Amino acid sequence: MVKMVNLTIDGMAVSVPRGTSILNAARSVGINIPSLCYLKDLNEIAACRVCVVEIEGIQKLVASCNNHVWEGMVVYTNSPRVREARRVNVELILSQHNCDCPYCVRSGNCELQKLANDLGLSHLNYHKEPAPANWDVTFPMIRDASKCIKCMRCIQVCDKVQSLNIWDIANTGSRTTVDVSLGRNIREADCALCGQCVTHCPVGALRARDDTQRAFALLNDKSLTTVVQIAPAVRAAWGESMGLSREEATVKRLVAALRRMGFQYIFDTNFSADLTIMEEGSEFLQRLGEPGKYAWPMFTSCCPGWVRFLKSQYPDMVKNLSTAKSPQQMFGAVTKSYFAERIGVDPHKIRCISVMPCMAKKAECALPVMNDACGDPDVDLVLTTREIDRMIRAEHIDVHALKEEEFDSPLGVGSGAAVIFGATGGVMEAALRSAYFLVTGENPDADAFEDVRGMDGWKEATFRIQDTPVRVAVASGLGNTRRLIEALRAGKVQYDFVEIMACPGGCAGGGGQPIHEAQELAETRGQVLYGLDKVNDLRFSHENPAVQALYSEYLTKPLSHKSHELLHTDHEAWKMPLAPSKK
Amino acid sequence: MSRLEFYSTSGSQAVVESLYRDLEHRIVASPPGLCPVDLAAAFLKMCHAQTCGKCTPCRVGLRQLALLIDDVLEGRATMETLDFIETTAQVISDSADCAIGYEAANMVLKGIRGFRDDYESHVKTGRCLCNLDQPVPCVAQCPAGVDIPGYVALVGAGRYADAVRLIRKDNPFPGACGLVCEHPCESRCRRNMIEGAVNIRGLKRYAVDHAGIVPPPPCAEATGKTVAIVGGGPSGLSAAFYLSLMGHKVTVFESRKQLGGMLRYGIPSYRLPREELQKDIDAILATGVEVNLGVTIGKDISLAELHRRYDAIYISIGAHTDKKVGIEGEDARGVISAVEMLRAIGDGTMPDFTGKNVVVIGGGNVAMDCCRSAARLGAKTVSVAYRRRQQDMTALAEEVEGAMAEGVELLTMMAPVRIEADENDNAVALWVQPQRVGSIDSAGRPRPEKAAEPEVRVPADVIIVAIGQSIELKAFEEAGVPIHRGTIAALSSGGIENNAGIFAGGDCVTGPATVIKAIAAGKVAAANIDEYLGFEHRIEVDVKIPKAYLGERPSCGRSELPMEKAFERKENFQCIECGFTDEVAKQEAQRCLRCDHFGYGVFKGGRTKRW
Repeated sequence: MVKMVNLTIDGMAVSVPRGTSILNAARSVGINIPSLCYLKDLNEIAACRVCVVEIEGIQKLVASCNNHVWEGMVVYTNSPRVREARRVNVELILSQHNCDCPYCVRSGNCELQKLANDLGLSHLNYHKEPAPANWDVTFPMIRDASKCIKCMRCIQVCDKVQSLNIWDIANTGSRTTVDVSLGRNIREADCALCGQCVTHCPVGALRARDDTQRAFALLNDKSLTTVVQIAPAVRAAWGESMGLSREEATVKRLVAALRRMGFQYIFDTNFSADLTIMEEGSEFLQRLGEPGKYAWPMFTSCCPGWVRFLKSQYPDMVKNLSTAKSPQQMFGAVTKSYFAERIGVDPHKIRCISVMPCMAKKAECALPVMNDACGDPDVDLVLTTREIDRMIRAEHIDVHALKEEEFDSPLGVGSGAAVIFGATGGVMEAALRSAYFLVTGENPDADAFEDVRGMDGWKEATFRIQDTPVRVAVASGLGNTRRLIEALRAGKVQYDFVEIMACPGGCAGGGGQPIHEAQELAETRGQVLYGLDKVNDLRFSHENPAVQALYSEYLTKPLSHKSHELLHTDHEAWKMPLAPSKK
Repeated sequence: MSRLEFYSTSGSQAVVESLYRDLEHRIVASPPGLCPVDLAAAFLKMCHAQTCGKCTPCRVGLRQLALLIDDVLEGRATMETLDFIETTAQVISDSADCAIGYEAANMVLKGIRGFRDDYESHVKTGRCLCNLDQPVPCVAQCPAGVDIPGYVALVGAGRYADAVRLIRKDNPFPGACGLVCEHPCESRCRRNMIEGAVNIRGLKRYAVDHAGIVPPPPCAEATGKTVAIVGGGPSGLSAAFYLSLMGHKVTVFESRKQLGGMLRYGIPSYRLPREELQKDIDAILATGVEVNLGVTIGKDISLAELHRRYDAIYISIGAHTDKKVGIEGEDARGVISAVEMLRAIGDGTMPDFTGKNVVVIGGGNVAMDCCRSAARLGAKTVSVAYRRRQQDMTALAEEVEGAMAEGVELLTMMAPVRIEADENDNAVALWVQPQRVGSIDSAGRPRPEKAAEPEVRVPADVIIVAIGQSIELKAFEEAGVPIHRGTIAALSSGGIENNAGIFAGGDCVTGPATVIKAIAAGKVAAANIDEYLGFEHRIEVDVKIPKAYLGERPSCGRSELPMEKAFERKENFQCIECGFTDEVAKQEAQRCLRCDHFGYGVFKGGRTKRW
């Protein structure tokens, strides 16, 4: 039985469980004390001093985010002292913040901007002295020191959720700031490029590299054929910042928007997700059939953040990865070979563009080994969900007025098994559906493997395929992943097949998705994807007619020579900075 | 206007005087790990405010130096800037008219030469090398990283056994440390900014005194691995404790008759009562540590043999051999070493100094232990011959004051030159050469130089040499353990290069140091030995720390531990220090500013919960 504590906030009687922070007690009765650095459970460090309140009998103002209520406490959230302190502290933060808001990616979605507006600040009483920005802006993740408000959320997310400790405090005294840990620059660091720091930054200090202008340049060049693919998880999130309801924000409406922009061929990464299942599922069955020959268990390889993590943290386990490329890269390779032939276009004149919920995809497409179709990069450009939204706005497309349109053919066909790639457990479930078929020759119930769904950071299940028990595990979030891998290495757990996604909840919660303060939307978006699976006529990757056609017309069969050439990769063939502990 | 006026402090000047005091306190409470370049800039700005404005180098030069250092800090400097800073500072140092100018320039010079790496890091990478890894100042200063705000809060809450359990997470000697720790934790206590450090050691003692017997936590499942600990002092026993908790089978080899090392054979019982030491040792042994007393490595068993029999070895033999002062007559009867004397006392063999004139040579804590013990052993007179001033003694000030209160005479600025013996070779006097204060050495103490005065004869029947200890390394050196400047060359992990499975720590690695450093070395070695053996055991404790109090912490001075009366205490070896009363302990505990919750501490989670 939790003990309740009674207190008064702004004259209202409040009763909350013992151990509740003042801030949450206030929120429970609709008093939203403004805050900046606070991030529930992750960053309760009372640094910005915006959430301070006055407590009767206590002389100093008290941060409400990390101090707990007590019986009989009398709190004022808007006393004259609190009002003044909040305003002054926001002004002080602004004095070190680069307020070039009109051309900041977070304009309109910035906690500091919102707070300053809410407080009605009309001028700044302090000298402006933002720190100079100093970053390699060609890297997929960019930190703008002039906008950092030192809330430390990025440090905490990377430490506590992703266990990578890429960020740390740098310098001391008045020059205290955030920078890459251990004095490294970002290219030397073992950053997975998951982007969780970006999606948890309250301002525009962290952002993904913006490639929208490059995308427009490709669209403008009439000598080129543009092919765009849309990743599964994008369809569950792209409408959030466009004012569309989840019902309105369908992928078909997004297809219409892209067509309006001038993309010539609009395809679905679901197609290549199905293809991935054929290759990776077959590979798993092959490895399962030759015990002792392969490093065990087999790891999925769809998530480039995870691949970067594994290469940097556990380089000796890279051989456990499936050699199958990610759906994005399979798509690119098929586009610049099979599809180019079909439409009779020189693959060197094709530009393959992806819309991804992910920042690590920007690094993945630029890997020196991802050029198997024609020698050019298989995928030329990756746009995050946020960037495609930005492009739609730049093109002044009224998404509300758009009619739904179909994907182009043939690479626009995808199964329900493919669409759930965007949620944690989805790749595993899709693979099991087809592996079951490949072994038994008949389809299982499409929902037979639903035990691997859900937001648990580390799930396990054992399924029987004919007489063989298959022990599977699914983790999302790199902290959970590290726990899983450590347990695996210590011999505490045994699995046959492991799916990892770097972002908590999978791609639905990806680092390239729209940003919403204090909301983790991976679960909601994941449910959208499971809903799309449910209503899809196709629920099995091996039944995808476009995939079947690709095999019969071009690749012959999964794991064929041609498949290997185009759809598989050597994860050892490129370098990733090692974790500091591995050096 | 009168011909002369009597000076009285103006109102604003009085406030400035009090601000000077505040600033002194503030400097004392400087958090460890600050950027030295940033501090150099801040110091320079204050120095510049002191300039009278008459002379160019000081009035203008210091300002220009400050701007140049700002360039470094703001990422506007090149390597040439650093040379320019140095040249400019050198000119100010050479040409300023008074100390305000040239000493300010000297501070800059000291910095740009002493921490040039930090300057260069700012120029080359735009950031400094510093990191506030442990932001709670007391914890940062404690070599063992004991959770001080945690146990102080527990004392305040009356949860003494929990306090002991929490301390034992990082230090298995709460009893001994409550009595004799040099308490580096207090040096940077943020309470210094207000009036004075929290009396942390006093609160630790209070917790131990009121906790009763606190059993150690249960050990982890047995690993089947064996570890030999060579030397049963604070470092060895600390390693033994944690390794045992981790499930390893630990055997301690101790060459003396009893465990405790310097805690028993170096510190007299009036400072550390044996029953208190025994309580700590009992708790350590209760984890299942096996003990072999009277076994010397290299004599009774070789290191190689030990290495064959055990999966890992921790060498923690301490520093137990005496150093000679190197003067004529040192071999005379009546000349004894501090180590020899304190060791005998440790085993209960009390020398009889009744009616004798005793002179102790040295100025450290061991010298104080010797002279205060001699006073208790019936000596007629006890004096300490030391070649520097009283304030230059390395002994804790309270030790020196305690000795003086017990009738010990300090013969400062007196360098021993020879020992005079009678025809039977019995020492009869120590001849000393008066010294005068000279220039300042690198540690900030003035060097003693020979004064133009004749030698002085100090009558002495017993002369105790307490000028430091060294380490008995022969057996280890022969076994291939690398030696560097008279100590075992161990890495910061405790490991030894090219000697897999052999670790070392404590005084035998650092040279004679403090108890808490020895304990910390044992803790570090335990973690790394566990890792070496292929495990990842973590030491943690399930103690919930009371929430920080949000209200005012009104100004309140620091309480000191009361002492027994000097004229009574010097008659025996009973504990001379009294604990806090309940009232004072409560008050002292509430002075803690809870840096684990307020400030940067909370960002790093307040505490290291496991290691």
